[in-house]
This record gives sequence, C-alpha cells and structure tokens, in this order.
Amino acid sequence: MKIKFYLNKKEIEIEVDPTIRLIDLLREKLNLTGTKEGCSIGECGACTVIVDGKAINSCLMLAYQVDGCNVITIEGISEDGKLHPLQENFLKTGAIQCGFCTPGMIMSAYALLLENPNPTEEEIKDAIAGNLCRCTGYKQIIDAIEVSAKELKG
Amino acid sequence: MNKEFSVIGKSVIREDAFDKVTGKAKFADDYKFDEMLYAKMIRIKATHAKINSIDFSEIENQKDIYVITANDVKGKNLVGLIKHDQPIFCNEKVVTPGDVIAMIVGEDEDKLEHLAKKVKVNFTPLPTLTDPTKALDPDSVLIHPEEKSNLIIHHPLRKGDIEKGFSESDEILEQTYTTQLIEHAYIEPESVIAIPKEDGIKIIGSIQNPFTTRRIVSLATDLPLEKIEVIQAQLGGSFGGKDDTMCILSARAAVASLKTNKPIKIKYTREESILESYKRHPYILNYKVGYTKDGKIKAMKIDILADGGAYCSMSPFVTWRTVVQATGPYEIENVHTDVRAVYTNNPYTGAMRGFGSPQPIFAQESLMDEIAIRLGITPDEIRRINGYKNGSVTATGQKLQNHDVNILTVLNKAVALTNFSNKWKEYKKEKSVLNEYEFEKPILKKNKFIDPKKLYQKGIGLAVSFRGCSLGAEGLDETYCYMSIEKNGLVKMLTGLAENGQGLRTTLIITAAETLGIIPDKIQFLETNTSLIKDSGPTVASRGTIMGTGSVKNAAEILKERLIKIVKKGFHLDDNDVIDFRENLVFSRKKGLLTNFDFVCQLALEQKENLTAIGYYKSPEVHWNEHNGQGDAYFTYVYGCQVAEVTVNIGTGEVFLNKITAVHDPGTVINRLGALGQIFGGVTQGAGYGIFEEITHEDGMIRELNFDQYLIPTAKDIDEIKPYFVEGNDIYGGYGAKSLGEPTLELTAAAIANAIRNATGKRFFNLPINLEELVLGKKIRPQNLNRGSL
Ligand code: FES
Ligand code: FES
Repeated sequence: MKIKFYLNKKEIEIEVDPTIRLIDLLREKLNLTGTKEGCSIGECGACTVIVDGKAINSCLMLAYQVDGCNVITIEGISEDGKLHPLQENFLKTGAIQCGFCTPGMIMSAYALLLENPNPTEEEIKDAIAGNLCRCTGYKQIIDAIEVSAKELKG
Repeated sequence: MNKEFSVIGKSVIREDAFDKVTGKAKFADDYKFDEMLYAKMIRIKATHAKINSIDFSEIENQKDIYVITANDVKGKNLVGLIKHDQPIFCNEKVVTPGDVIAMIVGEDEDKLEHLAKKVKVNFTPLPTLTDPTKALDPDSVLIHPEEKSNLIIHHPLRKGDIEKGFSESDEILEQTYTTQLIEHAYIEPESVIAIPKEDGIKIIGSIQNPFTTRRIVSLATDLPLEKIEVIQAQLGGSFGGKDDTMCILSARAAVASLKTNKPIKIKYTREESILESYKRHPYILNYKVGYTKDGKIKAMKIDILADGGAYCSMSPFVTWRTVVQATGPYEIENVHTDVRAVYTNNPYTGAMRGFGSPQPIFAQESLMDEIAIRLGITPDEIRRINGYKNGSVTATGQKLQNHDVNILTVLNKAVALTNFSNKWKEYKKEKSVLNEYEFEKPILKKNKFIDPKKLYQKGIGLAVSFRGCSLGAEGLDETYCYMSIEKNGLVKMLTGLAENGQGLRTTLIITAAETLGIIPDKIQFLETNTSLIKDSGPTVASRGTIMGTGSVKNAAEILKERLIKIVKKGFHLDDNDVIDFRENLVFSRKKGLLTNFDFVCQLALEQKENLTAIGYYKSPEVHWNEHNGQGDAYFTYVYGCQVAEVTVNIGTGEVFLNKITAVHDPGTVINRLGALGQIFGGVTQGAGYGIFEEITHEDGMIRELNFDQYLIPTAKDIDEIKPYFVEGNDIYGGYGAKSLGEPTLELTAAAIANAIRNATGKRFFNLPINLEELVLGKKIRPQNLNRGSL
C-alpha cells in the first residue's frame, strides 16, 4: 500500500508492504540505519523514534501506521550541519560509550523536552526508563539531558 | 612520579562520538552489500542428543536457497580459543540447546524463517547433566567423551601449612556461597557479514577480537591467514562477550560465502543471542577460615566449582584468575585452594567483564564481614588488620612491590567519604528483622505483621579487592603501535588492540598527544584491520590501557627523538639544549619559543627524515607453577573499595540502591570522562549482578531469552554513584596507567550484599539477592518455558 508522511521534515510517498514494521521501513527501505534494533519486543528502546511528537518503539509499530504522521529519527535532529544541543551535550558529558543505545536515548530525551522543557531529574529518569544502556550506568546521560534542557530554554 | 600532564587526566571527548550521536556510526548490521544473502540457523529443542539424520528434502527444490552443513566446512569443524571442542555445525550431536546443526541461506529473511521449520532433524535424546556438582561422579554422563572426563581444568594452590594454620586459630568459620549464571546483555545483538574476495574472504562484524576471529575462520575454511581480512565494525558493547560466539558466527558466514560466492549476513535476534552466546560462570564456593581473637586470619581453605557449561571456552583462564585472587587482598600465611571447572549440558560460560573475580569477591567479602561481626569489630577494622601493605606476600607467594599497594588507602578514603563506621554501627541489627516464612503455611500470623514504621531498613556495606593487570601468566603479553606523521603535522596511528566500545582509542590518542606535545585533534586512529597490523593480543583482562599506552608512548617517543634532532639542526641549537613540545608548539630551554609542531614535521619530511615508527611494549616476565599455584602471577595490581548504601523494604524484599561510592586506584587516569564512565557503567552492571540478573534454565533450556524477563538495571535503579580516584604510582605501562574496566564491576554485588546484611541482620549466601531470595530465602522459578515473544 502507498503511504505519505513527513520524515525528518521532508514529505515522502512510498509503497509499503502492510506487514513490515516501521523499523524495517527506516533501516531496510530508506537506509536510515541510525535507528537500532536491540530486542524487537519493545523492551530496550534502541529503536526509539518520534511520531507526532511522541517517542515510540519503531519495532512495535507497523510502517503503514505512520501514514499522515510526522516522523523524526536521529538523522533528522541536527539542523544545517549543526548538532542539536542534546547531541552536543551527549558528547561533552561522556554519555556515550559503545553508542548503540545512543540514538534511541537521544530520541526519548528529544520527545521529553518537546513536552516538558523543564524536567526534574526524576522526570528525566522516567523518560529514559524504557531505554536500556549496558555501558554507561546512565549518570552521564542524565547530565546531558539536564544541561540540554537548560540550554534550550536559553 | 611526576603526575603533571597537559592532556592526560583531562576530560577528552571520544574520537568516535560525533558519528555516534548523529546515527552515522556503522555497526555490523548497518552494512549492506549487493546480492547479499541472509542465513538462518537450524536448531533442535534438545539439551543433549545424538543427531541421526537431517532431512532437507522439503526445501531442496526451492530456488536460490542454499543448505550449509558441516560437510561444507573445508577445514576443521571443531574449533575453540583454548581447546578445540566446539563444532561450527553440530552434525553428530548437540550438547546444549544453543547448538546449531545447519544453516539455510537465501535472500528473504522472512521466507527463511518459514523454511527453517521444514527441515526435519531426527535425533535421539541423551541423558543430560545439568548439575555441576555431579559432573565428576564416576557414573556421570560425559559431555565430550573424547575428553574422558568432565573436568575442564583444576587449579590447585598450596601455601604454608593449612592444618597448622587452623590449629593456631581461635575460631574457625565455614560457609558456602553460590553465584548465578548471567548474560553480558550488550544492547547490540551479534551480527556479521562475510564477503567473498578475489582470492579470499573479508569479514565485517560485531567482533571483539579481530585476530582471534581470523584464526578461527582460517581453521574452518582452510584459507591461510593472509587471505582473510577481518574488520571490526563499531561494536555495540561486548564486556568480554563477543569473542568465541563471534568467531564461530564469522566462520559460519565465511563457509556459506565461499560456497555461494555471495556476501552472507548473519544477524541474531535477542533470543538467539541469549540462547547461543556464552555467559558468566556460576560458582559454588566453599570457604573455611581460621582466625585469632585479634582478628588475624591464620588459614584459609577454599574449594570452588565453576560450571563451564557445554564448551571449554575461556574457563581455564577465568578460573586461573580466581585461584590467584580467591583470598582477596589479605595477607594469609596458610592457604589451600582448589578451583575446578567442569563440563555440563548447560549454556557454556566464558569471558565476561570481571573474569573470575566477582564470584570469589562476593564470598570472601561476605566472610570478612561475618568475622568482623563475630569479633565485635567493624568491617573496615578487620580489613585493616589483614589487608596488603607494601611488601606483603600474596597467596601465590608473590611479593607486592614496584607500585603503591593502595588497598588500605582506598579503604580509608571510602570509609571517610561515607562516614562508614558510624553508619554501620547505627544500622546494625543484632538479629534478623525479616519474617521467617513457612512454605506450607505462607499466611502471616498477626504477631508477625510488620510495623509500617519498620518497613524500610537502612544499611551500609563495603567490599575491597585487588586485581592483577593484564593477562598475567595466562599468556604472551605484548602490543604494537604503528605511528606516522604527515607533513601537515597530522599523526596517524594504528594498534593491534581492538576498541570494544569502552573508549580505548581515545585513551591511546591522549597518550600519543601527551608524548608529542600536541592536541588530541591532530591524531587520527585508523580502523583495526587484521591485514594491516600485527596481532597485539586480545582486548581482554583490562589490558587495553596498560599495554596499549606502553606501545603508543614508545612509538611517539621514537618519533619525537627524530623531530628533536631536526629541530636542533634546523634552528642551530646546542647539542645540550633541551627541546619541549607543548600544545602544538616547540620550545628550546635556552631560546624559548621556536616554532610550531606542523612546521617541524614539514622540515623533517623535506629533509627526508623517516616519520614512521613501530612502538612495542612487552610486559615484564611473570611465572607460575601450576602444581602448587605459586609464582608472580601478574606484574602489577590495582586496588578498589566500594561502599553501598541501601534501603530494604522488608515486606517486599525490594532493595533500593541509595548510593554507591566507588574509590579506585587505576594508576594514572588518562581520560577523566572515560574513567568516570567506566565506574558508572561497571557499578551499574555489578548492581544488576547483585540484586536482579539471573539466567535460569529448565534442564538446560533457558527461561529468560529477552529483556522482558532478563532484567538489567535501568536509569531508575541506582540513585547516586560517587566515583573517586586515588592515583597510585607504578613503573609499568605508559605514564603509570593501569586498568579500571573490570575492578569497577567486581565489587558492587559484594558491597550490596554486606549492606543488606547490615540492614536486615540476615546474611544471604546466594546471588542474586532478589525479592524472593530476600523474603523467602529461596529462588522461585516459573514452571512453564512458553513465552509470548517466541
Ligand atoms: S528494538 Fe524496539 S524496543 Fe528494543
Ligand atoms: S553506550 Fe553502550 S549501550 Fe549505551
């Protein structure tokens, strides 16, 4: 079936098999491999992308369900070659080790800041509670999100 | 030692971080090639079985579907890192449920899934052995009959006279502890692609040790090493876990690729990853300790059994570290230790961050606390009485020298930072505050109702450890680094040590920058490729930093010498003048600022000076007598102390981790950001080991195959982690940097266990101390293996 949606601010129209998942559309058909797959059952959060302002697990959503939606992936958050403050602060605080959880982690944080520009530490932890990271112990990730929230408020 | 540095010890952003925050970093599964085919594994639901026949007739006529079996393995089908006991394809029998019998290959993954069900394997179940304590019984099933016994390895250690030690003791305490099977749980599941080349093969994958992989692929394909090129993709976590499994997966992909002449990708689902990959050894540890009234330990008798599962893997080395470190960092005159690893039909076990240390640390640190409690002293006091000092002699008879033996320094620091002794005395319970349940009558009597005000109990506990750096007497220990300088002053380097996601490359870049007096941005790390550099041994045993910085510093020093000659000539300086390189600038002690680094490099190249060098670092000699376990096991050691502060809900058994204070002496800290990350990450993994994680199995069949059942810590599980570094001096490695990755993990579970004892008044002997263990004193397992996602 044919679907039409916004992907990283560009409108695209594409023929999709109704049984494929959003993550397959992104990774296999559109070559956006920044979104990762760690568990395929909605537990690890590595596949997190933003659909209409909400963080969702792209391994649990069918591709055709984004018809008419606004989808943002890790490839779409820096503008004109300039890193998004979240990306910048993930670098600076050491929030990255192997980096496999990083795209999903940043997207969960991105969705949080869209909805709540002033998150408390608890709210940040809640927002990324569904994103597993085996390397960092989360502390530097939480710092990165806190600093970014402050910067974005200006 | 001078610890004034310009780049070392500062926070430096990882060289690969930019690609990782933008989604550009390429992990193995992100690679795609034209005409690439996928491979699907064929397994059976059996723990131990003889394969009678495999029937592919239903799929044979399918177009473009290939069947790959042991018959396609041109070289050896039996491989392994130490013993060659693991088949690439199990054509004769399976010895554990993860075993792969054959593979089918085709273009469409979904179709393969469907076709795999049509392969009929006829097999006869064999009796299973899943209890390691029965493995050495004379009538036990043999997992590998050709080995004649289920014993993988036995490491004895004898020091002093154990009987004399016990007779000189005032009290003797004997305890048994058990630790559980756990999964590495790297977030990236295994993935590899084999690509046919003109006269050989290229492998790209989530590979921890490219050189080992090359060796195993060569064994399996019969291709000579130089025809196999192994490239490590960005590695999505490993923790010791992407070694044996990845070697075998790479070999399978290579075999299929040679047969079809097409690129072959194997990518595992999480379920397959947990099913087939090796894990951390479960241990059963018996400790008998004799001590005097003054708290001096006179004798320790230790008997440890490790479940190696179905294959040998790294068991001999893992348990060797155990035998060296089993007493903990305590000077004990009389020690008698036996560590054995055995085969069973359980999932096999091998290298995992910690590598044979978290298990004995849990036992020995629990025991030290029990002795302190019996003697009416505090946990820090008992450790001060027995802990190593400069010149102490270890259980292996090694005298600790040439470095700061900082065990008491880290202990005292941690105790001071947390106000340990006061809190410990305040929270201490004379007897258990937990309810004792009767299993037949699990209803509480009214007089046993928990007073809501007493529901939450606080506790504090500590654990200390020493850890041998690098491989020790496990094997050859040397590293190489190739370094070259371009005419614009750009430095390129390459080492045979692979990045595992922990930030090793950044650490090595900093070392080169420090030596050459330039900023890290001027240094570029080339991809690890087995065709380009000599093997520097595996990135294991926290050896990356200590060994890597040694060879990098050496290469940079060779180049710097040559540049100094050029500078002296070019600027007509006296021979005895001293030249300094700092922040891209070049100074003469006599004439001050001369020029910048780039200019000197240009000058050098114009004068045809050779600006390439090979750096080399070899560890000092170590030696080991395997009959009595005596010798200088490792050339140097690191020390750590962690304090856990917890709150226990005595009604539900939930343990809240309020604060973990981690004090470590890693030698010199090279990259502060990276070092902090190692502590946060290591402590978090250690906490998971302490209170959540466990792979359980029903007759060898794993229950927890995905993250819905296998629970690892999330962002919400630990309130606060406070890292603190004590930077001790050492003569080895580059700039005295040693290791940190594993020490951070090995202590946490033991510290938490001691904190729970302090909070509840009850000692727990079996990890993990999860809700059931805490409230009921036993583990509860689901009866049914069926689950939604499989
Ligand atoms: S892959 Fe989607 S949540 Fe893990
Ligand atoms: S950085 Fe490795 S999983 Fe998060």
